[in-house]
Amino acid sequence: MAELNEAHENYRPHADDRRLIEEFKQNPIGHHSPDLQRLLNRMRGAPMADKYCLVVIKPNREWQLARTTGKAGEPVKLLGRRFTSQAEAEWYVFRQRWKALTGETLRA
Amino acid sequence: MMKITAYADRVSVAPGETINFMVNCEAREFRADFVRLICGDMNPDGPGYQERVVRTPANGIYKGRKQVIHAGSFVEIPRADNMPALGSFTLQAFIWPTTPERGAQALISHWGGRNGGGAVLGIAPENGGISLTLGGGRGRSETFSTGRALLAREWYFVAASFDAKTKKVVIIQEPLHTHVGTRDAAVTRATAKLTRLAAHDGPVTMAARFQRFDAGRTVCDQHYNGKIDSPRIATRALDRAEMETLRAPTLDRTLANDVFGAWDFSADISSVKVSDLSPHRLHGHVVHMPARGMTGWNWSGEEMNWRHAPREYGAIHFHDDDVYDAAWQVDVSLTVPKNLKSGLYCARLRCGDDLEDEDYVPFAVLPPRGQATAKICFVLPTASYMAYANEHMGTDAPIAQLLGGRLVEHERQDLYRNVHREYGASCYDVHSDGSGVCHSSRLRPILNMRPKYKSWLGGEGSTLWQFNADTHIINWLENLGYEYDVITDEELHYEGLKAIEPYRVVLSSSHPEYHSKQMWDALHAWQQRGGRFMYLGANGWYWRIAYHDEVPGIIEVRRNEDGIRAWEARTGEYYHGFTGEYGGLWRRNGRPPQQIVGTGFTAQGFDISSYYVRKPDSFKKEVRWIMNGVGADERIGDFGLIGGGAAGLELDRADRALGTPPNAYLLASSEDHTDIYLVVCEELLINYPGTGGQENDLVRADLVFYETANGGGVFATSSIAWPGSLAHDNYKNNVSRITKNVLDRFVSGKPLLD
Repeated sequence: MAELNEAHENYRPHADDRRLIEEFKQNPIGHHSPDLQRLLNRMRGAPMADKYCLVVIKPNREWQLARTTGKAGEPVKLLGRRFTSQAEAEWYVFRQRWKALTGETLRA
Repeated sequence: MMKITAYADRVSVAPGETINFMVNCEAREFRADFVRLICGDMNPDGPGYQERVVRTPANGIYKGRKQVIHAGSFVEIPRADNMPALGSFTLQAFIWPTTPERGAQALISHWGGRNGGGAVLGIAPENGGISLTLGGGRGRSETFSTGRALLAREWYFVAASFDAKTKKVVIIQEPLHTHVGTRDAAVTRATAKLTRLAAHDGPVTMAARFQRFDAGRTVCDQHYNGKIDSPRIATRALDRAEMETLRAPTLDRTLANDVFGAWDFSADISSVKVSDLSPHRLHGHVVHMPARGMTGWNWSGEEMNWRHAPREYGAIHFHDDDVYDAAWQVDVSLTVPKNLKSGLYCARLRCGDDLEDEDYVPFAVLPPRGQATAKICFVLPTASYMAYANEHMGTDAPIAQLLGGRLVEHERQDLYRNVHREYGASCYDVHSDGSGVCHSSRLRPILNMRPKYKSWLGGEGSTLWQFNADTHIINWLENLGYEYDVITDEELHYEGLKAIEPYRVVLSSSHPEYHSKQMWDALHAWQQRGGRFMYLGANGWYWRIAYHDEVPGIIEVRRNEDGIRAWEARTGEYYHGFTGEYGGLWRRNGRPPQQIVGTGFTAQGFDISSYYVRKPDSFKKEVRWIMNGVGADERIGDFGLIGGGAAGLELDRADRALGTPPNAYLLASSEDHTDIYLVVCEELLINYPGTGGQENDLVRADLVFYETANGGGVFATSSIAWPGSLAHDNYKNNVSRITKNVLDRFVSGKPLLD
């Protein structure tokens, strides 16, 4: 996944960081341990090319997954997947980003 | 995406006056209705969206038509009877190109006619160096170029001459930098095949090539990005020494008979005018407001203020995405009914088979001129809305998801303006050439100043920011039955004290960030006369702005030296072009926000909000009334639609050293913010670890009250999220109660200390 190639290269998750997966799943938005915050900085600070984002379908009830292209003026690319909560969307994108960083596929 | 978009010619209107709406509609027809807006929040977990249709003669069905924006700034010297014809000529200027690698860009152009005639001094496509295009009409043209790539962001002297008798062309590309090995200097000689240039009636343009007139607008192509200084046109082919003479800031008399035009961009920096020094007096104007007061080719660095050394500020910086006035045709006109109550209104415009596509254009209906119809006045912060108008951070800025601590959510308006860059950017964006956007206009659709709209900056939950967040204040006033008038920043700026003089209480919005000196002085004078002010937000009175003296609906911001900045003004460009005032933070202008509203910007984060706890001052008997009904240990605002708490997004703190009055009471402070919240950079002289919300005491919102002269007072909530908690539990909550306690006491006229 191109989106993670350039940001915060000084840090990549290591074996100990697997414990952060559950912490994130329990609370994707809000207070985090310093280690989880560092991991999220890596994930969320990626450049705009192919970066995941959401499009509002129904306010506070339904979102569609999308990606920006990183080129000003180019349309946001809508992907097929939809979510009924932000937590669900965050968890899905976290798994994609974890795989891109570590090669490991996390179970839903 | 959006089949209908629109804007209005004004943002506030009094009964009996007329407001016009310009509509771009891709459907055959659209329906216009006027609504009084109560709550713009679509979150089903909140009080619910509320608007009330107002019957006016302007409600009805209208014919739709497509209207487009021709973005890109340039100078236009309109065709005039005294404009010489071009036979032999010289075109010359100093330039500082920012995107020479792009397509053809015109620098000085006298081009026109159906099939192209005249001459264009420009940059050849894909950085092919300086070029001269000659147009013979009927589609015949010849282009010559140096073939030597220009360096971006370096000054050059460039010129091209053509001798109509000998057909000789000379192009000069002279770098003014001292780099070695760049091979960007050139003198190119050629012979043209064209026997003569076609006559035409087009204007002279700079930074773009004239294409056509369209419904009163001058439409150009070949827009240039970068600076131009001292553009000149002579009516014969000058030799190199004569070009040197002509490039001087004053016109040498020996060339008086040869000069077509010699424009001095340093002469009218605060104006839209462009003055010609030549005897022809071919004056013109700027279109779409490029940046003026910019450092010129000869800027020495000895002066930072263009008023002190105007001759070193003879550059205009043009951008291919500058937009001032879309200049669309009027589709709907509303003459505001005499009895329409002051408040927040919108034109609701709908089209499509089931009227499913819509746009809203908000505006304030003022009280009748010269009258107040309530004791309370809400100031709609239109300058701040303009600064954020059509911001692209959600699609363009990698830090957006870091600041928000979650995925960015896009609305349909975001998707639309992401692809319609011609709708112009905000003062939080950079231009297509990477330079900061220092102007923002409301004479174009502002698609993020809309009811029903969520902004990525708005925290988890309702995710509201600015305009739509402020409808929670309107909603609360309506639901608690308060009578209030609505005015905008423009009344405060243009009318001064008079605009708020009759009111006992003035309420701010959630985020009144941008203020002109006139606005600052008006509010301060009103406070000194006993006005009672409720600051229901944070990050207020932060940036200094300027309005333009000649034209309406545009502000200027220079992001100088300090503060949370989406871009940085270049050194030497810290003074507003519109006024000559030093821009940047009010704190850097000797007026920190603490001086006028008691608290000032201290931290920001955009994920979740927090709560306040009471401080000892809140128990003092003279101010205990503020906390009536609130328990001693009760958390204040540990609920809400903006990030789930009343203390969030941007936070202010009291600070005696920055001007918080010594008689201020610190009633409560927020705590337990996440590490997404960080101390603002103007507090960081040396950056250090531990500036996040979990450990740094500067990350807090201070609830503050103090008396001002003549029975006045200030109450500051110091949090942008505050209004998002007002409606919680059907308005029965401690944020609503405290706000009501203060508003009722302020309105009562009773003394403020028990």
